Amino acid sequence: MKKGLLFGLIVAVVVIGFVAFRGQEAPEAPAPEEQATEAEQPVAEGEVVKIGVFLPLTGQNAFGGQLELDGVKMAHQEIPEVLGRKVELVVVDNKSDKVESANAVKRLIERDNVVAVIGTYGSSLAMAGGEVAEKSGIPMVGTSCTNPLVTTGKKYIFRVCFIDPYQGAAAATYAFNDLGASKAALLIDVANDYAVGLAGFFERSFTGLGGEIVSNLKYNSGDQDFTAQLTEIISKEPDVLFIPAYFAEGAIIMKQAQELGADFQIMGGDAMDNPKIVEIGGDAVEGFVHTTFPYDPTMPDMSDMAVQFTENWKKLHPDQEPNVNAALGYDSYAMLIDAMTRAGTTDPEAVTQALAETDGFDGVTGITTINETHDAEKPVGVVQIKDGKKTYIATVEPAL
Amino acid sequence: MSFAMFVQHFFNALTLGSLYALIAIGYTMVYGILRLINFAHGEIFMLGAYFVFWGVTLLHLPWIVAVILSVIVTSFAGILVDRAAYRPLRDAPRISALISSIGVSFFLQNLAIVVFSAIPREVQRPDWLVTIIQFGKIRILPLTIVVPILSFILMLGLLYIVYRTKPGLGMRAISKDIETSRLMGVPVNRVIAITFGLGSALAAASGIMWALRYPQLQPIMGVIPGFKAFIAAVFGGIGSIQGAVVGGLILGFMEIMIVAFMPSLAGYRDAFAFVLLIIILLIRPTGLFGEKLEDKV
Repeated sequence: MKKGLLFGLIVAVVVIGFVAFRGQEAPEAPAPEEQATEAEQPVAEGEVVKIGVFLPLTGQNAFGGQLELDGVKMAHQEIPEVLGRKVELVVVDNKSDKVESANAVKRLIERDNVVAVIGTYGSSLAMAGGEVAEKSGIPMVGTSCTNPLVTTGKKYIFRVCFIDPYQGAAAATYAFNDLGASKAALLIDVANDYAVGLAGFFERSFTGLGGEIVSNLKYNSGDQDFTAQLTEIISKEPDVLFIPAYFAEGAIIMKQAQELGADFQIMGGDAMDNPKIVEIGGDAVEGFVHTTFPYDPTMPDMSDMAVQFTENWKKLHPDQEPNVNAALGYDSYAMLIDAMTRAGTTDPEAVTQALAETDGFDGVTGITTINETHDAEKPVGVVQIKDGKKTYIATVEPAL
Repeated sequence: MSFAMFVQHFFNALTLGSLYALIAIGYTMVYGILRLINFAHGEIFMLGAYFVFWGVTLLHLPWIVAVILSVIVTSFAGILVDRAAYRPLRDAPRISALISSIGVSFFLQNLAIVVFSAIPREVQRPDWLVTIIQFGKIRILPLTIVVPILSFILMLGLLYIVYRTKPGLGMRAISKDIETSRLMGVPVNRVIAITFGLGSALAAASGIMWALRYPQLQPIMGVIPGFKAFIAAVFGGIGSIQGAVVGGLILGFMEIMIVAFMPSLAGYRDAFAFVLLIIILLIRPTGLFGEKLEDKV
C-alpha cells in the first residue's frame, strides 16, 4: 500500500510539472481554416502592388489583431494606389500561433508574391514571421510588437511602434518629472519577458534621473495572492509603484493594494491599455496611470492626422471607438506606402532602404522617425483612469 | 519588521492558508476513499466560482441564494464527472483514473473558455464580507475571519459524515476494500457518487471564497490554487482531513512569510511550495498525519 502510494504520488508530481506549464499557456480558440483574401481585382498581374498582411484574427490575440486589420484596411481605402498602381491587400490569419505566423508569411511571399509584409500584433508572432521575411529579403513593417528582439540584427524588419526600453524610460520620466516621485517600487512578473524588460528600463532611467528604487519585488505568472509583496512595499512608503503587468493581473494587484491601504500612485505600461480594466478593476483602478502609444480618441491637442483618422473611423465603424491598435495598423500601411513613394519603385531592396530612411513621417500615432535599430521613435502617451474612464493626460518624450 | 506589519502578514497568511486548507479538504476526501487524486478538483473549484457569477448577473439572484445554488449545481457537476469519467474505470488500474482526471481537467478548462470566454470577469462581493476592518495600520477583511471558521466547520462536518453516518460507514468500507464492500451489499456506486458530490460542494465553497478574496474569474483560475492545495494535502498526509487543514495553513504561512522575511526571494515563492512537495515525498511520503493509512478516509 505504502509503495503504491509513493509511486502514485511521484507520478502525480511528474504530471503536475507538465500540467503546471500547460495551465499558463494561451487557450487556442477554434479557428476557421480559410484565410480571408481580399476580392481579386480585375487588373492584370504586374500592374497590382501586392502587400501581405498577417495578423492574429483568431485565438488569444484576436481582439488586437482585428482592430489592427481594420486600421490597415481603412488606410488602404484612403490610399488605394501607389506609384500609379493599384494596391491589393492579401490578408492571412496567423491564429495567434508562432508556427502559423511563420507559415503565413511564407505563404504570402512564396504563393502570393507580395512585395512587402505588414504585421503583427504580438512580439513572438512578429519574430516567427519576421524570420521568414528576413530570409526572403522582403521588407516587413511591424504594428504593435514592442520587444527589442523583433528587429535586432534584422535588415528587412521595421516597426511603427516604439520598443520597451523607450517606453520604460518614458514612464520613469513621467514619474520623476511630472508626478514628482523620488521613491519608486517595482512589482514584476519574473516569468514574463515584457515585464522584466520594461521594469529594468524603468529602473535604469528612474535612478539615472536621480530617483531611488526602494523596493523591487517579484511574483510569478498565474499568482493571485500579492498581499505579502504589497504589505512589504507599503512598509517602504514609495511615491509610485510601477507594475508592468497585463491588465487582468494589474487589476487584481490594484484591488489588493487598495484593500491593504496603499496610498501611492500606481503606474503601468501599454499592456494595461484595455477598456476592460475598469470593468474588472472597479474603483481600485481609479487614478491609475499607464504609458501607451500616443493615440487615444480622448486625447487633447490631437494632430491633424489623428483628428482625420478619428473622424473617418467613426464614419466607417459608428458603433466602435477607435483605439491605438487601429491607429498603428493605419500607420504601418501609410508608412510603407510613404517609403514606396520615396523609393519610386516597389522593389523590395529599394523599399527597405527607403523605410530605413524614414524621418519625420506624420502618422496618426505621432511624428515617427525610424532609428538605426529599425524601431520607431515617437512620443509616448500617458493615460489615466478618471471617473472610470480612460483619459489621455499627457505626451512625454523620454529623458534618457 | 514592525509589529503592525507582522500582524498584517499574519492575517494575509491566515486567509491564504485557510483557503488552501478548504481546497485541500476536497482533494483529500476523494483520495481517502477512492485512492484517486482528482486533478479536476481545481476546475470544479473554478465552476463553483463562475456559477455564482452567472447566478447573480444572469438570474439576478441575491448573492447568498446564488452561492447555495452554485454549491448544489457544482456538486451535481462533480457527480456527473464521476459518472462519465471515473466510474467506467473503477476496476481499471489506479493510474487510468488518474489520467482520466487530467483529461477531465483539460476538458473543463477548455469548455469554460468556450462557454464563459477567456476574458476575465469581475466578481460580485457582498459588502459585509469585504468592508475593511482597520486597527491602526492593520487592515483586514471580514473574509479573513470567515474563511478559517468555515474551513473548521466544514472539516468537523465532514468528519461527522464520515464517522457517524451510514454513507460514511460505506465510504470507510470502500476505502479499505472496494470488492468486499460490494459483496457485503454496500451500494458502491451510490456511495462514491455521494463522495464526489460532497467533494465538489467543498470545491465550490472554496472557489467562491477564493473569488471573494482574489476577485477575478478566469477559466484557468483553478490551476495554481489546485496544485497548491494538492501540495498542502500531501504535506498533511493525503487522505487525512485534519492533515489537509494543517497542511494548507502551513503552506499559506510559509508562502507569505518567505516574502515577509526574505523579500528578494519573492519570485521563488511557488518554487518553495513545489520543493516542499518533493522533500516530503522523499522524507515522509505519508505526510504529517498519514501514518495509519488504512484508517484514514
